[in-house]
Amino acid sequence: MAPMDWLGPAEWNALALSLRVSFWATLVSLPPGILVAHALARGNFPGRQLLNGIVHLPLILPPVVTGYLLLLTFGTRGPIGGFLSETFGIVFAFRWTGAALAAGVMAFPLMVRAIRLSIEAVDPKLEQAGATLGASRLWVFLTVTLPLILPGIIAGSILAFAKAMGEFGATITFVSNIPGQTQTVPSAIYAFLQVPGGESSALRLVVISVAVAMTALLVSELVATRVARRIGGR
Amino acid sequence: MLHVSLRHALSGFSLDVDFTAPAGVTALFGRSGSGKTTVVNAVAGLLKPHEGRVAINGGDLVDTARRIWVPPHKRRVGYVFQEGRLFPHLTVRQNLTYGRWFSGAARDAAEFDRVVSLLGIGGLLGRHPGALSGGEKQRVAIGRALLSRPRLLLMDEPLAALDEARKSEILPYLERIRDEEDVPILYVSHSIAEVARLATTVVVLEGGQVVRAGPAAEILSDPEAVPAFGVRQAGSVLTGRVVRHHPDDLTEVAVSAGSLFLPGWLAEPDTVIRIRIEAQDVMLARSRPQDISALNILPATVSALRRGQGPGVVVQLQAGEDRILARITRRSADALGLEPGTLCFAITKTVSVAPVDIGTPG
Repeated sequence: MAPMDWLGPAEWNALALSLRVSFWATLVSLPPGILVAHALARGNFPGRQLLNGIVHLPLILPPVVTGYLLLLTFGTRGPIGGFLSETFGIVFAFRWTGAALAAGVMAFPLMVRAIRLSIEAVDPKLEQAGATLGASRLWVFLTVTLPLILPGIIAGSILAFAKAMGEFGATITFVSNIPGQTQTVPSAIYAFLQVPGGESSALRLVVISVAVAMTALLVSELVATRVARRIGGR
Repeated sequence: MLHVSLRHALSGFSLDVDFTAPAGVTALFGRSGSGKTTVVNAVAGLLKPHEGRVAINGGDLVDTARRIWVPPHKRRVGYVFQEGRLFPHLTVRQNLTYGRWFSGAARDAAEFDRVVSLLGIGGLLGRHPGALSGGEKQRVAIGRALLSRPRLLLMDEPLAALDEARKSEILPYLERIRDEEDVPILYVSHSIAEVARLATTVVVLEGGQVVRAGPAAEILSDPEAVPAFGVRQAGSVLTGRVVRHHPDDLTEVAVSAGSLFLPGWLAEPDTVIRIRIEAQDVMLARSRPQDISALNILPATVSALRRGQGPGVVVQLQAGEDRILARITRRSADALGLEPGTLCFAITKTVSVAPVDIGTPG
């Protein structure tokens, strides 16, 4: 039996949406993630602890609270959401983009944490050496720091991707559970379990979830060891 | 020409130095904690001094009075760190060319090949730093700094982390850089052997202050500087010319006051070399000794004496145009009646001159 037949169209939709949402959530949060991680690891500015707190907030708040706060700020009538929809036509509420936003926000602390640890492990003396060789701070970052923290970036991205795949509370609060629009795998599992006879669909999605999570983990291990070996220089 | 004038306070330590480094190697000598690295970091721009001025060839890098601050990457100051600090993710070749991306210099293959062969690192280009020995790493680090086309080369104890064998492997390369490259070097060290071998100018730091500064031969043979160098290490530097290698495996070297015999084959005849003789290896006699095993006997005149707190006396002798330091007991000095102007003979054994103490003059 081909996998196409094994999964029903609703289940397929949920899986495809989850992958799309997680991919974009990870990709878009990567640049700010590196920036914030660098600021937290190397920066010495007054609001550093405050920034650290804000970044970690989604990790400690109930996801429903995060989702509601997103609805308040990024909803069509929210201060940021209203501005974005009026000027650029970007709408988050009840769209897959909103699901990506919610997943990205929830995964952000995990990503920042992994990258920050790898930046802290880079010897600042190497960055000084780069400066004495004529590289400005930006060039030192691009040519010395960034290659050395690549394993951390990969680990952080996979972690964020996995977190985004599993995000449920904030997503369902912010963008609801619309099949084909915002119904990710966890939302679909939840929905299937609410209707009689939905257990088999739910179970298939559970299997898929486990498979995706395991694959992500294996790939990240593989890539990380490869990169580490290349950086370690043999 | 580098001019440094700095005042900087760290916790429990204050630095107040003023010196000039002409062409050649200027050794910044001092014990650990004397402020050497602070000075070098201020020159490189890795440390902002509270007060002072650093200028290369009249161009200011720092001048706190006029609020001038050139950031490190715009200083064109090559820095060889004690630990090498090679980029682990780049190959040796990429490490070497790193500075060229930013110096704005055109890709000069001839210059690259010249530096690579000067340092003997041609066989390492494809490797990563993780696969290099300590001595190889340091040679690559020196090449990387040289290839960034610096106006000044800073070396912060580049040999301190290496064992004796690796040190003697790198010292000749440093001499070649001093002699063949047109770049002044500020060389930090607490090893008097390295200083004696490489330096053209010596600046002695003690507790954040400059206590002695001047031409190397003069400062190293200054009895007043002996406490700063340590009585067991102090010694003078002589310049000589290789005469010939004798069949009994001794090399005869002509110095201004006569001939010295040194062990082994040193160099081709007519090569000019630099020899360090430690003060504690020199004996003094009032008349030319007969029937003595020591081969090196130079006539000399006492030019200064320095009595320390212990039983020792440091005697400075003028031997031809060279100066020799001898460390003897006060009892012997009194028995021989040594005072400035006394004629005597300075005696050293052949084996007292270690290979590491023989170099080329700068």
